[in-house]
Amino acid sequence: MTDPNTPATTPETLLGLEEMVLNFGPQHPATHGVLRLKVRLDGERIVDTYPIIGYLHRGTEKLFELHPFFQNVPHTDRMDYVAAATSNLAYVGAVERLTGIVVPPRARWIRTLLAELQRIASHLLWLATHAIDIGAMTPFFYTFRERELILDLFEEYCGARLTLNCMRPGGQPYDLTVGWAERCAEFIEDFPSRIDDYEGLLTENRIWKKRTIGVGVLPPDVAISYGVTGPMLRGSGIGWDLRKAMPYEAYDEVDFDVPVFHNCDTYDRYLVRMEEMRQSTRIVAQCLDKLPEGPIMAKRPRVLKAPKQSEVYYGIEGPKGEIGFYIVGDGTPNPFRCRVRPPSFFNLQVLPGMVHGQLVADLVAVIGTTDIVLGEVDR
Amino acid sequence: MSDTENQTPEEKAAAEEKAAAAAKAKAEREAAEAAKPPWERDPVVPEWQEAEGDPLAEALRASFGDALLSARTFAGDLVLMVDRSSIREVCRSVKEDHGYRLLVDICGAHYPEREVPGFEVVYIAYNFEENRRVRLKVEVEEGVEVPSVIPVWEGANWTEREIYDMFGVRFTDHPDMTRILLWDGFNGHPLRKEFPVEGIDTGAAIYPEYYDEQAGPVAGSGTGWQPPKEEEPEDETN
Repeated sequence: MTDPNTPATTPETLLGLEEMVLNFGPQHPATHGVLRLKVRLDGERIVDTYPIIGYLHRGTEKLFELHPFFQNVPHTDRMDYVAAATSNLAYVGAVERLTGIVVPPRARWIRTLLAELQRIASHLLWLATHAIDIGAMTPFFYTFRERELILDLFEEYCGARLTLNCMRPGGQPYDLTVGWAERCAEFIEDFPSRIDDYEGLLTENRIWKKRTIGVGVLPPDVAISYGVTGPMLRGSGIGWDLRKAMPYEAYDEVDFDVPVFHNCDTYDRYLVRMEEMRQSTRIVAQCLDKLPEGPIMAKRPRVLKAPKQSEVYYGIEGPKGEIGFYIVGDGTPNPFRCRVRPPSFFNLQVLPGMVHGQLVADLVAVIGTTDIVLGEVDR
Repeated sequence: MSDTENQTPEEKAAAEEKAAAAAKAKAEREAAEAAKPPWERDPVVPEWQEAEGDPLAEALRASFGDALLSARTFAGDLVLMVDRSSIREVCRSVKEDHGYRLLVDICGAHYPEREVPGFEVVYIAYNFEENRRVRLKVEVEEGVEVPSVIPVWEGANWTEREIYDMFGVRFTDHPDMTRILLWDGFNGHPLRKEFPVEGIDTGAAIYPEYYDEQAGPVAGSGTGWQPPKEEEPEDETN
């Protein structure tokens, strides 16, 4: 008779086939920063994943409370550091709604223009790192070539390439420099053919399809219940985009489509982002066409004070999803409380569900497809 | 200050004329202001308004009664104050009966100078069909727990952990009520107003052999952690 209290000798224990815990990150190139995952494995299969975040926590929300509204814009650059313009836009938009400032049309169009260029740059960086994680080296060089051109445009506009600080509550700090629009138009004209190049490398590539189709499935109801937004939601068959749903800046005056794909997997999210780059190109071209003349800064007080007991939530469609700011004002020039709604934080939360039962190699693909930036997750 | 009874008729007439001129100038200024495009006018500051006749507020008042403490709007956003103990039921109703399926965010705020000092937990939800956001707010005092809304929106897990981490507000029935951004054993909750911006040295948690629990020195006070002095070996050459 076997004693039920002693573990039975099974082939698994004899061969050492019990589950193993793998520490993935925080210093690992495929974790896109300092994400750490505690992964429980059964052979190559993932049984359980526990993300551990906070390695890049810098207390940004506390710092917001220290500085006046105007001086807080640079803090927003450092959250999603590959898409600073959209973070700027969400913050200044929230401040404008809190204080009732109306932005002049030219500034609205320039903002739309910058936000869309930033979306392309962010998606290019995503494509480069996602492809290199899965093993395709070439797209990295191609996409960085084009991203460099966008960063050059930003550098010419505001002097910075990544931490742009390119918007102010009330309007734009600078007008477009001489010849900027022409150089931007040149880039935009050329860019769709470059997207064709990337797609030629990947879209029908057998290895790419094998590695992405059916990997990291995120059903639409799960996505909604976890607060997932952006391309992740649109890859799960829900065509919701804040640029269409609650148009801000000049988005109600430009023509563009919201791509939706229904297979909920990594490949479809790839297709969504590729199509979004094309649509952003369209928007930038229209912005350059329709850019009105006029002032770029609204009348605003030298010291901007929020009304007492005021609070506002304002969210926009960033490259990664809804980025929003909840700001509470108390009659002083500083925000009393400034909460950031980071899209990456919510998108990362579904990761354990998406990789459950998949292979370790797929974990890398799924981290890539969620397109997280740890600066924004940890703040 | 000015005494109208002692004024001579001339002075009275002059004062009236002055007032009329001022009123005229004011009207002119206002007309000129109105003729300007909105971005050159003085900003119109939004104000709180009672949300009367709002369908969501009315429906929630009908089904929850006193649990809905107030319903107001600010800058176009509906803000509902909800009683702490019934927040989960209200959230469930908001989600299931009224279609606010997407949890946009949950965040906290610290109000130490209120009559009843404490915290606010703010829930923001979005309705795809009506294309509208709603904010539900709960007031909670120090040391009181808030029912977790994870049964309603699974995505509430990390945000509730973050509120615990940053403010020290705990959530009932949360499966994993641990710190998320800061490390385990951190001493304090940084988004509280009294927390020093320079940060604190949480020596107690990291160096339990040197400090008692919760007694780590405060940064900026000159009492920060110093490495323990090693006894210098005696010079044996002399």
